[in-house]
Amino acid sequence: MTAPTEVLFDAPGPKARRNNVILSIVSALVLAGLIAFAIWKFADAGQLEAGKWYPFTFAQIQLVLLKGMLATLKVAVVASLLALVVGVVFALLRLSSRRIISLPGTIVLEFFRGVPVLLLIFAMFLIFGNTIGPFWSVVIGLTLYNGMVLAEIIRAGILAVPKGQKEAAMAIGMRPGQVMSTVLMPQALRAMMPTIIAQIVVLLKDSALGFIVTYQDLLYQVNLIGREYNNLLPTFLVGAVLFIIINMIVAGIARWLEKHLQRKATAHVDAEGLSTATVT
Amino acid sequence: MDLPELLRLFFSGMWGTLELFFVALIGSFVLGTILAGMRVSPTPVLRIAASTYINVVRNTPLTLVMFFCAFGLPFLDIRFGASSSFNSFIYASIALTAYTACFVAETLKSGIATIPVGQAEAARAVGLTFGQTLGEVILPQAFRTVIPPLGSVIIAMLKNTSIASAFNNRELISAMRNAIELRGDLVIPILFGTALGYLLLALILGRVFDYLERKLVILR
Repeated sequence: MTAPTEVLFDAPGPKARRNNVILSIVSALVLAGLIAFAIWKFADAGQLEAGKWYPFTFAQIQLVLLKGMLATLKVAVVASLLALVVGVVFALLRLSSRRIISLPGTIVLEFFRGVPVLLLIFAMFLIFGNTIGPFWSVVIGLTLYNGMVLAEIIRAGILAVPKGQKEAAMAIGMRPGQVMSTVLMPQALRAMMPTIIAQIVVLLKDSALGFIVTYQDLLYQVNLIGREYNNLLPTFLVGAVLFIIINMIVAGIARWLEKHLQRKATAHVDAEGLSTATVT
Repeated sequence: MDLPELLRLFFSGMWGTLELFFVALIGSFVLGTILAGMRVSPTPVLRIAASTYINVVRNTPLTLVMFFCAFGLPFLDIRFGASSSFNSFIYASIALTAYTACFVAETLKSGIATIPVGQAEAARAVGLTFGQTLGEVILPQAFRTVIPPLGSVIIAMLKNTSIASAFNNRELISAMRNAIELRGDLVIPILFGTALGYLLLALILGRVFDYLERKLVILR
């Protein structure tokens, strides 16, 4: 953000600074105008009256919204854990040296990665919906798609571990399974942690899809409350804010981890006395 | 309901998906470029506005954005045409554009960061204004360097068009649901057919972006 973008324009002189101020004011006015228009539209539809917001003071409504939020989070957590397992399994399948194992793995992976998550959720719901219910339809749909994406991420991580690690582990007599589970996989997971978490944010966002197969998640409750009290937009805004806050927290963790892990990785390389130039 | 009729339903669904895809493609490229330009502009207000918009919308599920457009906009009495199917299409396009534009803008911004500093310095040295520097020197190069990541953003958008089916838009998934209602005995073949339809479209898009990459990418 710093150097490359600031080089796009000169340090402002007196004239540029004046223009900047004018432009700032104009764009601020335009933005304020847009916001005012939105508020006017809201007010016009009668969505800003205190009465429309009043239901949120009821403990029951708060409880229902909270329950919806928890339902969404439950889907996201279960699906994330399962997707990690599926991801590790498929990464190993694809890395297998036997073609008879790696080829079917690749075909299954490319299939589930290439179709929309919604289609997978629908497929689960339509074929097995009666026996497993909407919760597991959503979880399995999300797991299949995100598991395959995670498999690709983990595979890339394993391939990126320096070759010497594997050779050294094998040289001291570890079996291939041990090499993978105690040497390669931990390093790959750590190096890929920011990307993995970014994918989990994607999963979290996709968990909002549950509402389409009548899973009673946050959006479902928002819809219900909105229709009940005729205050769709206030309810929607409350729901959206809840969603955005959760996503921003998880995304923040990803960024923090990225910084944290990066620092460790470079220190590690320095300690070995290797002068690998950091690629940026 | 026999096979030719099912196929016709399927192709009309495919056409709906493509329509939504192309409208959102153009919209998100335009809006994404504007947002990227705003993010690197010398005016702080524009920078803050663009980054706030990107951060908020990027962290909102597309389902929520669609929900707002499809159910919220009619509530606010914002309508675009007489027929409700056309309205649904416009709402879905707006949602998909607003959502995808954030990712296009982010990708472009990272592309701008990879352009050698000398390019912008040279542009400024010959007296180009900020708009000229960005529009004629930086952005054309940035677009060419980010073709591969832009490709994955666009393929993700293709898959995201499916969410519009839940909000009354006619496309492949809604055609699939219609077909399943009509022929309950063919659930699994119909699901597979739909999946193959999406895979085919994604494969074609992937090829197009590979081709563009080979043709346009700048080797440094």
